[in-house]
Amino acid sequence: MAKMTIQDKLALLSDAAKYDASCASSGTTKRGSRDGKGLGSTTGSGICHAYAPDGRCISLLKILMTNYCVYDCAYCINRVSSNVPRARFTVEEVVWLTIEFYRRNYIEGLFLSSGIVKSSDYTMEEMVRIAEKLRADGFRGYIHLKTIPEASPELIERAGLSADRLSINVELPTDASVRAYAPEKDPAGIRDAMGKVRLTKEDYAEKSFTGRRRGKFAPAGQSTQMIVGADAADDADILGTANKLYGAYGLKRVYYSAFSPIPDASAVLPLVDPPLMREHRLYQADWLLRFYDFGLDEIITRDNGGMLDLDVDPKLAWALANRDRFPVDVNRAAKEDLLRVPGFGTKIVQRILSSRRNGALALEDIRRMGGRIKQASSFVVARGHTPGQMLDGANLRARFVKPQQMELF
Amino acid sequence: MYAPRLPRIGTYAAWRETARRLARADVPAAQVDWGLAGDDASMFDAPLPIGPLSVERGDLKVPASFADLSRSLIPERSGKGMTLAYVLLMRLQAEPGLLSNRADAQVAQARDIAKSIHRDLHKMHAFVRFREVGQADGRRRFAAWFEPTHRIEEPTADFFVNRFGDMDWAIVTPEVTIRYQDRTLTLHEIESQRPDADDPLEQLWTTYYANIFNPARLKPDAMRAEMPKKYWKNLPEAALIPDLIAGARARSQAMQDAAATTPRQGRRVDQTTPAPMIHRPVSLPTLHAEIHDCTRCPLHGPATQAVPGEGPRDARLMIVGEQPGDREDIEGRPFTGPAGQLFDRLADDAGLDRQASYVTNAVKHFKFVQRGKRRIHQTPNAGEVNACRWWLDRELATVDPELVLALGATALHALTGDGRGLLKRRGGVERTKDGRPLLVTLHPSYLLRLPDPAARAEATRNVTADLTKALHLLNN
Repeated sequence: MAKMTIQDKLALLSDAAKYDASCASSGTTKRGSRDGKGLGSTTGSGICHAYAPDGRCISLLKILMTNYCVYDCAYCINRVSSNVPRARFTVEEVVWLTIEFYRRNYIEGLFLSSGIVKSSDYTMEEMVRIAEKLRADGFRGYIHLKTIPEASPELIERAGLSADRLSINVELPTDASVRAYAPEKDPAGIRDAMGKVRLTKEDYAEKSFTGRRRGKFAPAGQSTQMIVGADAADDADILGTANKLYGAYGLKRVYYSAFSPIPDASAVLPLVDPPLMREHRLYQADWLLRFYDFGLDEIITRDNGGMLDLDVDPKLAWALANRDRFPVDVNRAAKEDLLRVPGFGTKIVQRILSSRRNGALALEDIRRMGGRIKQASSFVVARGHTPGQMLDGANLRARFVKPQQMELF
Repeated sequence: MYAPRLPRIGTYAAWRETARRLARADVPAAQVDWGLAGDDASMFDAPLPIGPLSVERGDLKVPASFADLSRSLIPERSGKGMTLAYVLLMRLQAEPGLLSNRADAQVAQARDIAKSIHRDLHKMHAFVRFREVGQADGRRRFAAWFEPTHRIEEPTADFFVNRFGDMDWAIVTPEVTIRYQDRTLTLHEIESQRPDADDPLEQLWTTYYANIFNPARLKPDAMRAEMPKKYWKNLPEAALIPDLIAGARARSQAMQDAAATTPRQGRRVDQTTPAPMIHRPVSLPTLHAEIHDCTRCPLHGPATQAVPGEGPRDARLMIVGEQPGDREDIEGRPFTGPAGQLFDRLADDAGLDRQASYVTNAVKHFKFVQRGKRRIHQTPNAGEVNACRWWLDRELATVDPELVLALGATALHALTGDGRGLLKRRGGVERTKDGRPLLVTLHPSYLLRLPDPAARAEATRNVTADLTKALHLLNN
């Protein structure tokens, strides 16, 4: 075969990387290069430099180092038994691409993942060398390394010292599914690796005897991803696993990736359109768990088959099922009750709390602050407004459900 | 009527200076017509107040947040922002808390304008595309063309200085050229046209853009919401969008229709794993492996892993705690969290060698409730303690210690069947169910939780005394 150009490789190895949902470049230490001795800076929340027609943000150069892989995970385009063409970047090629893209303001940094070649340690070390070379060349942008769970602790430590974020994918929501679809992967080993990342980060956060810190280990923390819709796990399984992961490993994010058909697919998986709405509802539920003080059992029960309502968002679904908790008076209610109102986000609640000291608020005032009145009006009392019969009406739910659109043909 | 005309470069500083003078002279907002130099003069033009005219105020008072807000209002292109900033400045003199009231119509309008300026800044940070134009004195040179919605060239410049510190660059907009050369930033009021230029890297970038897109997830509206069409003409990758959208459905369908293919022949990974071991003659590693697979009670579900005991098989002393904590659950080793560290210190003080003892817990899985991201310890109930006794008994049988040290009520319950009256039984020697001598003491986490320093000091002395006693019992 003719030698591949860097463009051929880039096409293959970015195509193979697109099934990873994460593209975040947020939450790391503040860095800059105004001293003229390096390249790059970081901002608090990261920047999306472009959007693809799938609506997803392009913030990082998201590529695989190689798509050769010795594993045979059914859901993965790069599994050993797949017929896709293979390629491999050299360390220098990845460093060059990252820096040249960065100089043109295309990206915030690099998200590097890889198939497993030769051995876990060999692959991990090549990836770490890329991150270390970028830093040695003065690159101060964002680096996210996908960590290989079986890699040695020394390599994971080196990875965390040059990267901003590490991630290890749990892949599927239940251990049984991992064993079924990713036969060479060990779910306990994956959790063990996440635990090591947490402990190493905690160790680095502690000051030494001299009061100095030893360096920054993965300042943007760690994240993971689960594929949704490839196995039979229900939303209760998925959110239960996510909740556990947040608690045990201090994860910054759990990403949910709707399984989408891949070229050259394996026979054991559903080749249907990805369940995008289900993925969206899972993210909403995840937010409620983390920022709105909802308990897992409030969001999802085994009553409706362990699945989230696809027609209405989980907060609205909770409000509809718990109407005795409403109406909430926007001018008197406590913060935790305001947070439960559909259509009010955390920011709006903060604004209501600080504005209502100046006088009673009407719905129009809250609309000006950015609250979604169409949703909220049935659940709140405000100056000159009570939901009246609306709240008890049997057709309340119907008001929020859009009629099914005909499928475009 | 006053009609201040501000310069295009240095607009904010000039606005602030002028607004201060007007406000000190108590000129009402309705009598000021703000504009940029070159704008038509107002019909009611009047000379600016130069120096203090009829000064009626001393210092102007504004909250700290007004500085940020006014900075975000001045670049607004229609000039409404400058006017509104002055209106708010005047109102703030009478209503100092005004800005916190988002229900106020003018505050709300100001916040809306500020939001659109922030969005414009953010989009400029995101969508500027540099092209390489040469080299000078070892620094590579880049240039970009960008058309911001508002007059944000000045506030945006620092972002690029901080990001591209080691190169020379210029960002050209229709009205202003931002230049960074030899680490010096300058802004020039120059009218410019969109240049025709190219960069070979753009081919790689568009290749990346086309391939990172997943055709099975087509959502063009979501894309347009974040990357509005007005920016497309200056984004090299945007030329691909129509074709990517048009072909998406077909590509996705083709993948589904193609269905599964014959697996590639060649290297397969060896999938034979050794069968799990069950009940061989007990050695500690075997016992620990079995503990790892334990599902005897529901605690194994939420926990990360079972935490077996640790220490030499011929240990003379066995120390039994309650259950692994948050840290032990992750590390997989007993007594490594805060309570374990305290225990190590106390043992050290008493001259007891923990490394020579076998340390374990009455319950091998971490029991907790989750609050947000935090896992809060929960005391195991009698059923869980009993279920786990199976392992504790086997550890006792394997290690066969001369003395057992029970830390706290849970351990005492597991070893004797009754954990009540701990404080009264502390320091005493009892018998385990299988007849071994058992010394009772407090759990170190109890010491950590005692709020009263005096009580804590006393309890700590007691535990240290118990540990000394354990040493004494072993040596005689």
